[in-house]
Amino acid sequence: MKLTKTLLATTALTVAAGMVSAETEMADEMTIVSWGGAYSNSQQQAYHNPYMEMTGVNIINDESSAEAVAKLRAMNEAGNITWDVVDVTAADSIRLCDEGLAMEIDFDEDLAAAPDGTSASDDFGDTIINDCAIPLIVFSTTFGYRTDMVGDTPPTTVCDVFDTEAYPGKRSLEKRPIGNMEWALLCDGVAKDEIYDVLETPEGQEQALAKLDTIKDDVIWWSAGADTPQLLADGEVVMGSTYNGRLFSVIEEQNQPVEMLWDGQMFDLDVFIIPAGLPEDRKARALDYVRFASDTQRLADQAKYISYGPARASSAPLVSTHAELGIDMAPHMPTDPANATNVFNFNYEFWADYRDDIDAKFQAWLAQ
Amino acid sequence: MTDNTAAGPDQFDGAASGRPAPKTETADSGPMLAADGRPLKASLNRALRRQKLRAMMLIAPLLIFVLVTFIAPIADMLFRSVENQIVSETLPRTTTELATWDGDAGEIPPPVVFEALYKDIFIAQERKLHTRLGSRLNYELTGVSSLFRKSGRNVDDMGEVYQDQFEDLNAFWEDGENWNRMMATPDWLDDITAWSEDREGSQPPFEMREEVAAVLPETAATFQTFADFVQFEDEDNLANEDPWAIVYSALYEDLQSGADVASLSGPGATELQEAAAAVAGFESVDYTAAFHDVDEDWHDIEVWQTIQTYSPDFTSGYFLNAVDMKKSPDGPEMRPENEQLHIMLFMRTLFMSLVITGSCILLGYPVAWILANLPARTANLLMILVLLPFWTSLLVRTSAWKVMLQQQGVVNDTLVWLGIVADDSRLALINNQTGTIIAMTHILLPFMILPLYSVMKTIPPSYLRAAKSLGATNWTAFWRVYFPQSVPGIGAGSILVFILSIGYYITPEIVGGTTGTFISNRIAYHISSSLNWGLAAALGAILLAVVLGLYWAYDKIVGIDNVKLGG
Repeated sequence: MKLTKTLLATTALTVAAGMVSAETEMADEMTIVSWGGAYSNSQQQAYHNPYMEMTGVNIINDESSAEAVAKLRAMNEAGNITWDVVDVTAADSIRLCDEGLAMEIDFDEDLAAAPDGTSASDDFGDTIINDCAIPLIVFSTTFGYRTDMVGDTPPTTVCDVFDTEAYPGKRSLEKRPIGNMEWALLCDGVAKDEIYDVLETPEGQEQALAKLDTIKDDVIWWSAGADTPQLLADGEVVMGSTYNGRLFSVIEEQNQPVEMLWDGQMFDLDVFIIPAGLPEDRKARALDYVRFASDTQRLADQAKYISYGPARASSAPLVSTHAELGIDMAPHMPTDPANATNVFNFNYEFWADYRDDIDAKFQAWLAQ
Repeated sequence: MTDNTAAGPDQFDGAASGRPAPKTETADSGPMLAADGRPLKASLNRALRRQKLRAMMLIAPLLIFVLVTFIAPIADMLFRSVENQIVSETLPRTTTELATWDGDAGEIPPPVVFEALYKDIFIAQERKLHTRLGSRLNYELTGVSSLFRKSGRNVDDMGEVYQDQFEDLNAFWEDGENWNRMMATPDWLDDITAWSEDREGSQPPFEMREEVAAVLPETAATFQTFADFVQFEDEDNLANEDPWAIVYSALYEDLQSGADVASLSGPGATELQEAAAAVAGFESVDYTAAFHDVDEDWHDIEVWQTIQTYSPDFTSGYFLNAVDMKKSPDGPEMRPENEQLHIMLFMRTLFMSLVITGSCILLGYPVAWILANLPARTANLLMILVLLPFWTSLLVRTSAWKVMLQQQGVVNDTLVWLGIVADDSRLALINNQTGTIIAMTHILLPFMILPLYSVMKTIPPSYLRAAKSLGATNWTAFWRVYFPQSVPGIGAGSILVFILSIGYYITPEIVGGTTGTFISNRIAYHISSSLNWGLAAALGAILLAVVLGLYWAYDKIVGIDNVKLGG
C-alpha cells in the first residue's frame, strides 16, 4: 500500500496538473514498438514527444515490428508481456487479433472523436478492419521507375511492369504473393472488381503465376522495404515496387532520377495494437496513449515527417508541409485525389484465408 | 604414450608383495577382499561413486544451465511438431460427436454434431479462442479461418431464439440472480452476497445444487461452464452476470427430454414447471440449417473431414507437410506438384552446404599452409586479416557483397573495364546460388582456416625435408607425407563449416534471391510470419535429424577421433 501511494505521489508530481484523471492508476513508463528509421522518427516527433511533454511518461522505443507477431506470441506463452503498444501492418493485426494476442478496442469509447464531434468509428470509416487495430496511416505499395532508363515514354500504368519489350531491364517485386498476384491478374485482363473472385480459384492462381512467369527472369525479389530504393538508386532495376514513403525519400530527399508510378497502387494500413493480457496500470497507460496518438491533430502532424496519409478523414485537411524540406505534403500522399485515380483496396479478409495456401504455391513457383 | 605401456600397471600388479604371481591364481580364490572385509569390487565402486558424485556436483551448475536454457527450449519447440490439442480443446463436444461420423458416405454430419458445434463455438468465442482454431485449421484447408471468424460473430444470435422464448414466457428467466438462486446451494448464495459487499479475498467458487444437477444435467453442466468462465477467466462477479444463451438452449433440451421437474422444490421450481409445460410449443432451432445460413461451407464435407482428421491430440500432419505430403481421408498422399517445396529445399540446402564446404577447403588450405609456415611475426599479422571478418557484423559483410556483386557493382564494373565481359551482358553474380555460395564461403572461411592452421602448426617441417631427402618429389612429399597429417584439420573445419552453413538464413535471404535460399529461410518464415510453428518445428526436427545422421555417417567413415581443432 505504501509503495503504491509513493508511486501515485510521484506520478502526480511529474504529471502536468489536471491532464490525467486520478481514477485509474497508470504506469509511468511504456514500451512502444515500431519499424525504426524515418517512420519511427515521424512517430517520435508527432506522438511521443508531445505525449511525454504532456504527461511526463517515459517512452521506450523498440524497433521490432518486423518480428512483432512471433515475439508477441512468445511473450504471451511465457506470460511476460514487455510491450505496451505495437505498430504492425493491417495483415499482421488480423493474425494477432485472431490469435487472441491483441486486445479488443471499443473504438468510440477508447478513441477520441473528431474535432467536429464525429465519432471515432465514423471518422476512421473503412480503415477499421478488425476489433483490435487502431488505424494510424494509409500507405501504399506502388512502383517507382528510373527516369533515365525508360527512354522518352515513361511508364504510365502498372501493366508496364509486365512489358519487358518497351521497358527492358530488371524490375524488383516483393518476395511474397500479396500484391503481385493482384497486379498480375489485373494486367492479364481481369476486371478490377473481379480479381479476388478469380484469385479464389486454383485456375485463377495458376493464371496469376503464369503471368508473373513472363517476367520471372527479369525480377529481383525483395524482402526488406529498403531494397527497392537502393536498387533504383544504384540503377540495378528500371522499376520496382516498394512503400510510397520510401520512394518519397529517394525522390525528394536524395534527389535520385526516380519518379512515382501511382497507377495501381495498393493501399495498406499501419495500425497500433495493444497486446492482450497487460496488467491494469499498463493497460490504462497504453489506452491513454493511443487515444492521444490517434487523435485528429496527431495523425495530421505525422504527415509533416513522412508521406503517409492519415487514417482519419478529419485529419486530411490539416496536413501541412514537410518539416524540413518545406514542400507541400498533400500531393505526395497516396490518398491525394490526383494519385488515387486507380487504387487497389487490399482485401485483408481474403488474404487472411488464402495466405497460407497461395504462399505455398507462390514459394514453390519461385523456387523452381 | 603408446599402447604397450598402458598394460604396465596390470603386469606388475603383485609387485608390492614381491611375488609376481600369474593372474589365474588369484582369480580362482574367490572375490578379492578390501581391508574392511568387503569385496574389493564393491568397495572400489563406492569410492568411485563418491568421486563421480563430486564431479557431477561440480558440473551441475553448467549442466542445469544447459538443460534449462538450451535443451528444454529445443525439446519444447520440437514437441510442437506433433502437438495438436487445440482442436479437441476448443471443440470438445464436436470432436467427440464427430468420432463416429463417416465422411466417405458423402453426407454431412448428423444434427447432433451441429448442436455440439454450436455450444463449442459459443464457448470458444466467449473465450476468444475460435479464431485461433480457425487459423490453425486454415493451414490445412483454405477458408476455415474466415469460416470460424464469421461463425463466432453469428453464433450469438442462433441460441437467442430459446432465450427469447423463455423470457417471453416469464420475466423470471431474464434475471441472472434468479438463475443463481435456482442453480446454486444456499450456502454459496450467502457467501457470494457477503463477498459482493466487502470484496475481500477471492470470489467463492460456484457450488451447484445437487438435486438440480440430477434433474437438469445439461443445464447444470452448461451453467457450470458459464460460472467457471465468469469467475475465473473474466474475473467478474457471478452475482451480477446473466447466463449465456447456451444455458437457455440446454434448459430447453433438458425440458424437452422430459426432465422430472415436478420433483424439484425451492427457488425456481414453479417457473420450471411452467416452462416444462410450455416447451412443447416452443419454436425450435435447426442448427444444421442455422450454420448453413452463417456460411454454406459448413455443409461442405471437406471442412468436416478436416476437423475430424485433426481431432486427435497428436498429429503427423506437420511432418507430412514438411516432406510435401498431406493427410487425406485415405491416408497420406503427395501434395500436388505446384505445392511441393520442402524436399527440394532440403536437397538444395545440403548440396549448397557441401559446395560451400568444398570451396572453403580449396581457399582455406593454402592460406592455412602459408600461415603455418611463415615466421611468427608475419603469420600473426596475416592472422589478423583472417580474423577481421569475425569482428565485423554479419549484416555488414553480407551487404558489402551486395554492393560488390550486383550488376552495376564493383566486380562487374571491373570486368567490363578490363573488357572481359560486354557491357550489355554483365554477369548475374547475386540474387542466385552463386551469390549465396560466394558470400557464405567468405563468411565461413575463418572456421576452416583456424582448425587447419592449428593442425598444420603441429606438423614438423622436418618430415617434409626427410621425405625429400629420401628422394620424393615436391608433390609426393606433400601428398604422401604432409597432407595425411593435415586431414584431421580438414575434418574439423568441414564439420564446422557444413553444420553452420546448413542452418544459415540471414545471408541466403539477403543475397540468395529465389534460387539461393535454404530450408532455414522457410523455417524463419513460418516462425515469424505465418505463425505456423508446428510446421516450422517439423522442418527443424528433420533438419536436426539430417545433421545428426550426417555426423553419425562421418563418424563411421572417417572417425570422429580423427578430428582435431588444435595441437
